Amino acid sequence: MGLPYYSNKITPWLHTEVERLEDPHMLKERAPDIQMLVEPDRVHRRAYVDPDIFDLEISHIFERSWIYAGHETQVPAAGDYWQFQVGRQPMVMVRGNGDSIHVLYNRCPHRGVQVCGSRHGSAGDALTCPYHSWRFHHDGTLEAVPLEKGYRETRFDRDDPQFHMKPAARVDRYRGFVFASLAQKGPSLLEWLGDARVAFDDICDRSPVGRVEVVRNCYRVVQRSNWKFFMENQLDAVHPSVTHMSTGYAAADVERKIKREKGSQPLHYHYLSAFTTPFDKWDQLETYGYPYGHTILGGYMGLRPRDPDTLAHEQVLAAAYGEQRKEEILSRNIHHVLVYPCLSVQSPLQQLRAIRPLSADRTLSEIWHFRLVGVPEAIYRRSLWYYNLVNSPATMINADDLENWQRGQWGLRSDGGDWVSFHRDYGRDTDDGAVLRSTNGCSELPMRSQFRAWVKYLTAE
Amino acid sequence: MSTSKHKSTSAARPAAARSQAGGAASKGAPPPARRTAARKKSAARGSKRAAAPPAAAARARGRTAAAVRTAPDAGTLFHDVSQFLYRQSDCLDAKRWQDYIDLFDDAGLYWMPPGLEYTTWEGMPAIFIEDKDLMTVRMKRIQHPNAWSQQAEWATNHVVSNVVIEDVAADGAEVRVRSRFHMLELRRDDVRHFAGTYRHHLLRGSDGTLRIKLQRVDMVNAQAPYEYVLQAWV
Repeated sequence: MGLPYYSNKITPWLHTEVERLEDPHMLKERAPDIQMLVEPDRVHRRAYVDPDIFDLEISHIFERSWIYAGHETQVPAAGDYWQFQVGRQPMVMVRGNGDSIHVLYNRCPHRGVQVCGSRHGSAGDALTCPYHSWRFHHDGTLEAVPLEKGYRETRFDRDDPQFHMKPAARVDRYRGFVFASLAQKGPSLLEWLGDARVAFDDICDRSPVGRVEVVRNCYRVVQRSNWKFFMENQLDAVHPSVTHMSTGYAAADVERKIKREKGSQPLHYHYLSAFTTPFDKWDQLETYGYPYGHTILGGYMGLRPRDPDTLAHEQVLAAAYGEQRKEEILSRNIHHVLVYPCLSVQSPLQQLRAIRPLSADRTLSEIWHFRLVGVPEAIYRRSLWYYNLVNSPATMINADDLENWQRGQWGLRSDGGDWVSFHRDYGRDTDDGAVLRSTNGCSELPMRSQFRAWVKYLTAE
Repeated sequence: MSTSKHKSTSAARPAAARSQAGGAASKGAPPPARRTAARKKSAARGSKRAAAPPAAAARARGRTAAAVRTAPDAGTLFHDVSQFLYRQSDCLDAKRWQDYIDLFDDAGLYWMPPGLEYTTWEGMPAIFIEDKDLMTVRMKRIQHPNAWSQQAEWATNHVVSNVVIEDVAADGAEVRVRSRFHMLELRRDDVRHFAGTYRHHLLRGSDGTLRIKLQRVDMVNAQAPYEYVLQAWV
């Protein structure tokens, strides 16, 4: 009954379970009618458990949309690379000369071998295949093959793209965050991000030079649940005081004791004790749903204290941007941004999680945080404490989330009900045609809005 | 977290460097003869520092591994430290969380870095970096009646072995020890397996009792994908 720890379900650098090489049109014929699965206030459970729908999501959402590749500071020098996946495709982000960054399919055109063999590394001047030493420039074009005379009078042609490492159809960056799309056509990155680009603005504008550096550590945690469980949980404001009750009360207890004994408590206890915040306080926040599936929860809890470290940070920002712009930046009050389909960004603390769906019931998450360039070290330490307490593999928060999602996935496989309810505050959303908005932080608007986009993605040609 | 000025010193050096150090596990004390000559020179130059007798100087810098082995109480020390390590993991397997926390010094730390290359936790990501207060939060969370993920059956079994005393302070009040661990964890129907190296910096009281000043845990699968998370110390 025991599974090996390094499960054979995760093949290194090709994190998928089922290989289906099918025409997307064939998939649509086999999948159930998508429109029938999604009602305005509830969704059929097949959306979460049906492998045919999962295949459709891979082809129509993940392998078409803009997917997060990484941050440009992950690949600082020419030849640096970092692997990631788009849908089922093993890709690699490579730094070229100067500022250029390329995203390639990690696949040698000769015999199909994955050229980059480790999760991240440095290829030097050229990407070299370990099998026959085919060499590629950082942009994937062919540099050299061994014993080239053997290709005389054959159909081999150095200039033919079939003999290059294939690049992703489109690559673009927003404020250093690199995205790739495998679809030739579609909205530009900026157009697609729309108002959700505030996730990256809210991160970067807290630096006096508008930049961050990635902290070079990426935790990977596997969720035994459908990727949409994660996306729906991030902006779910009812669950924190329930799911994380044990951690909230435990932390509040110790926090009070420390305050009694020492006069004040370390700031980072708040990250855990905040989970005792009652429902009605969460309900005072606001939620927004945007085209393409992005959603935002606004109104962060008390992260603008007046302590000396915060004031020093504000002075640094005021010197860089002027007082008025500084106030605009710090008044954004973003709690959480979902950049659909795969990013959860907590901008006030520079945390980012990217999810990679492996199958209908398994999802890989990659957990990062960033350092603001040019701010006092004390400010970075706040971000670091959050990363260590909430986002590490020893998290006292995500332990209970993962449990819920696992049990949710099991529950939805049963015949004990067909529908997933998203009724909370339905009918109280304001809808201007493009943006959904609720003044109830606990509204299930984010889920309804995501499924509205989901239908559009899956029914597109 | 309580202020901690503990610097991770020899306990934090990567395993590779450690094995290259071979038998001399101390912090590189030069042989007494060279030091005696140096002290004579500095005395001749009229240095203000009194030239200490060579034997005392060697003791003051701690013992080499050879000295550890041949010291009169080496057998007792090894026995005591080994038993201490076994009893520590017994606490985890029996879920005696307060007993586990009580093994740490008041300013003690439990540290699991993300990789071998980390030489400090200050300003660095860490999988665990907990003082006794944070450990108490973790314990209270696990014991809370509404710790939902605790509803699943969850059991661990540790084996601690390969105990090597790396260094002993001259007065015997501090001991550095490394050991290996394997932990098997059952959660519902799944078995997970974790393994790695412990490095303990122990304080030894005059009555021989041991407490943990710093425990560094280098898990061999620290960077591999986690099928669930780590709810308790490993």
